[in-house]
Amino acid sequence: MDHTETIETIEEEHQEHPIAIYLWVWLLLFVFSACSYAVDYFQFQGGLRWTLILLFMFLKAGAIIAIFMHMTWERLALSCAILLPPIALLVFVTLMALESNYTFFSRLTFLTAGG
Amino acid sequence: MTNEAATVAGDSLEPGVKGLVADWSSDQRAFKKVPWGKSMMWIFLLSDTFIFSCFLISYMTVRMSTTVPWPNSSEVFALTIAGHHIPLILIAIMTFILISSSGTMAMAVMFGYRKKRIATGVLLLATALLGASFVGMQAFEWTKLIVEEGVRPWGNPMGAPQFGAAFFMITGFHGLHVSIGVLFLFITAAKVFRGTLDERRPGLFTGRRGGYEVVEIMGLYWHFVDLVWVFIFAFFYLW
Repeated sequence: MDHTETIETIEEEHQEHPIAIYLWVWLLLFVFSACSYAVDYFQFQGGLRWTLILLFMFLKAGAIIAIFMHMTWERLALSCAILLPPIALLVFVTLMALESNYTFFSRLTFLTAGG
Repeated sequence: MTNEAATVAGDSLEPGVKGLVADWSSDQRAFKKVPWGKSMMWIFLLSDTFIFSCFLISYMTVRMSTTVPWPNSSEVFALTIAGHHIPLILIAIMTFILISSSGTMAMAVMFGYRKKRIATGVLLLATALLGASFVGMQAFEWTKLIVEEGVRPWGNPMGAPQFGAAFFMITGFHGLHVSIGVLFLFITAAKVFRGTLDERRPGLFTGRRGGYEVVEIMGLYWHFVDLVWVFIFAFFYLW
């Protein structure tokens, strides 16, 4: 029993970080959100729009995962197990993008051109 | 016993890549210094990542492959407030509400580990209320779209019929996550307020003693809900 108790208390070794870091990240998230809303409000178009949207999206996601979800302070074993598998999604996105381009051009050829 | 505990605890744990190899090849557990509930929550969130990715990728597929123009979300979600026509304003407000709730949640986790019972409880309640108001605004958004704009999962008057299907599926599933999160936030807040975590009383379904790591695990889920919204906001509303 004693043994279990020791392990349990030790297991819970948790992280304490200064309040300032949370407040700064919170503020940053507001700024990034305002920026991505501004992209739409000022109607940026084309490549600039997509770059900005993706930029602010990744900045926000990174701040949330790294600081709010404490990923920065986890051991490499956990962060690799969680952060590496989603890379497979990039392959999935690529495959589906190729596929939908094919569908799109087939539709153009056979549906609208009356082929 | 003590020696064994010390090895688990940590000073002897290697940092960096060496530690990664050592942790993964070690006995019993790969995730050192992490309560089991926390690593299980992370694994659940990883699987949830794949579910939401499937939704977003199917949305990408239908949007890229349709020959009909996609409805302009900036206009669809515009509101007229006090005579001013503001594009996408409802979604912007919802985004800020969710970001605020993420902040209060992070503070709750922080105060939880400092054993500040009242502060933790109040911040958890604030998070739950912000989450509930998010769901309320989403209900308003859905009502407006269904009743006023005539959007249906199989068609809409503004353009590509797949718009409705993607919209209801993605935001609906996210809204469900927020709703369940709000429920669990209230439960966690109640536990904090009545001192269950201070006394380390066992939980409802388990004989294990819960401490303040329960708040952090709740926080992981809540931040993930916010994280998913970041991607939905970028890809569905802004793109």
